Amino acid sequence: MDQPVHERPSDAWPAGLTRVPYWVYRDAEVARDEQSRIFEGPGWHYLCLEVELPEIGDYRTTMIGAMSVVVARAEDGQIVAFENRCAHRGALICLEDGGKSKDFQCVYHAWRYDLRGNLTSVAFRRGVNGQGGMPDDFKLEHHGPRKLRTAVLCGLVFGTLAQDGPDIETYIGPEVLDRIRRVLHKKVEVIGRFTQQLPNNWKLYMENVRDTYHASLLHTFFTTFRITRLSQGGGVLVGDNGVAHASTTLAAVKGPDDSYAGMRSDNQGFQLQDPTFMNAVADFNDNINLQIVSVFPGFILQQIHNALAVRQIVPRGVDSMDLHWTYLGFADDTPDLRAMRLKQGNLAGPAGFVSMEDGAVGGFVQRGIAAADGEAAIVEMGGSGAESAGTRATEASVRGFWKAWRARMGI
Amino acid sequence: MLMEIAALNGACASAIDSGRLEDWPEFFLDQCLYKVTTADNYEKGYQAGLIYADSKAMLGDRISALREANIYERQRYRHILGMPLIVGAPDGTATAETSFLVVRTMRDGQMIVFAAGVYLDKLQRNDAGAWRYSERIVVCDSQRFDTLLAIPL
Repeated sequence: MDQPVHERPSDAWPAGLTRVPYWVYRDAEVARDEQSRIFEGPGWHYLCLEVELPEIGDYRTTMIGAMSVVVARAEDGQIVAFENRCAHRGALICLEDGGKSKDFQCVYHAWRYDLRGNLTSVAFRRGVNGQGGMPDDFKLEHHGPRKLRTAVLCGLVFGTLAQDGPDIETYIGPEVLDRIRRVLHKKVEVIGRFTQQLPNNWKLYMENVRDTYHASLLHTFFTTFRITRLSQGGGVLVGDNGVAHASTTLAAVKGPDDSYAGMRSDNQGFQLQDPTFMNAVADFNDNINLQIVSVFPGFILQQIHNALAVRQIVPRGVDSMDLHWTYLGFADDTPDLRAMRLKQGNLAGPAGFVSMEDGAVGGFVQRGIAAADGEAAIVEMGGSGAESAGTRATEASVRGFWKAWRARMGI
Repeated sequence: MLMEIAALNGACASAIDSGRLEDWPEFFLDQCLYKVTTADNYEKGYQAGLIYADSKAMLGDRISALREANIYERQRYRHILGMPLIVGAPDGTATAETSFLVVRTMRDGQMIVFAAGVYLDKLQRNDAGAWRYSERIVVCDSQRFDTLLAIPL
């Protein structure tokens, strides 16, 4: 008899949110359940930016977990989305990342769809010379790819397969919604798109995003140049359902700060030859240096000084994921401000002075836990709750992630 | 001119591949632009880069950050360069287009084709008469980067 490769110890999750068993990052059955319960479940998923679809017929393809999705601007101007899967044999309907089209045609057998994903014609439906063709009772309107409910929030397009359930505003909650509105308060412009392939389970990346404890310890750049230190003002907001989080760091107070004395990340010997790189241009009417927002399961909005970006998490199997970066500016950026965004783009992305380390550290965990399915991570900084806090020396928003995840997964 | 610029390309790649990263900014003029982007971004005219430096000093900062600040696993590159396609200009400057392939070897021996693409270079002679890059746009064919881009391309 074959032994089961790995039996999920369903009763092995310790009570509370302060421990995370390592099998959740490694188990293929968990990953399958996540596809049905999370990615095809009742939550909202980031699809694209509204500015990427300015005109009728403009479309983008994107992913919700393993599901390929087409997002388009329909004839009535509404943004719609549907699964990128032909009703006939299941082939991708749309093969490009984006473009403009009157309708969509599957290349395999030329079945056609309108911009909303409605099946509009079947090639040789009536056969040829009175022979062949589809049966008379075949109805176009009974077939088609699954359609998504869509919502546009501050120029962000979200979608869900759940035809009822909370609206996007309720899903995110009022406090974090304000944090999104703070950044996306006027028309944005895409200034770059890159993909970073990370060698880790997708949840390790989302935890890293929500982990306010690590930022100034892992990232020398943050600490040395006082972009974010735990001793600077700021805090973390976590929605009641754990779905959304926002962390903020206020500008540093001038003067000595010895709270990182002796730590690797406070490298006072490290000076920039071109210090203009850190001369952020005033962008928002406040003193917030850095703000990171996340919405479960896979959306992130980043403001690090003048570096603005949207990040989208797409799992690719148990131990791999794609992180899609869309770098943003505002359409009305002054030349000075745009120049600073381009320079401070060096902080983020696959080559970012800060973000490259987040790209590596998930892999360090994935490799470290390869033989530790019976063990668990400790997530106990700042206590055991998942509430908002006036400090970032806490793992409250990581616990919030698990609160949302466990509610969806029924674990 | 072809041999001089091919030699410059070779010397620049050698500095990176052999770990002499501090020598790398010296192949650029003080006022320069170095950008790593992708074919898709380049064709769409998107301005941002994975790495974006508008001075030799910023290139130096990239190297000192790699040496003193950033955390990444030990790795090395091997550049394979094509023959530069050169267009000279009457003012003594030149533009060159050179294909590259970079194989990355990690500390455990794992090797991958990390990047392939083209260098779009603008060159000028410095005061000593040697060719230097005034602009190098690194256009990678793929938009997907494995784990991280630490060492410059």
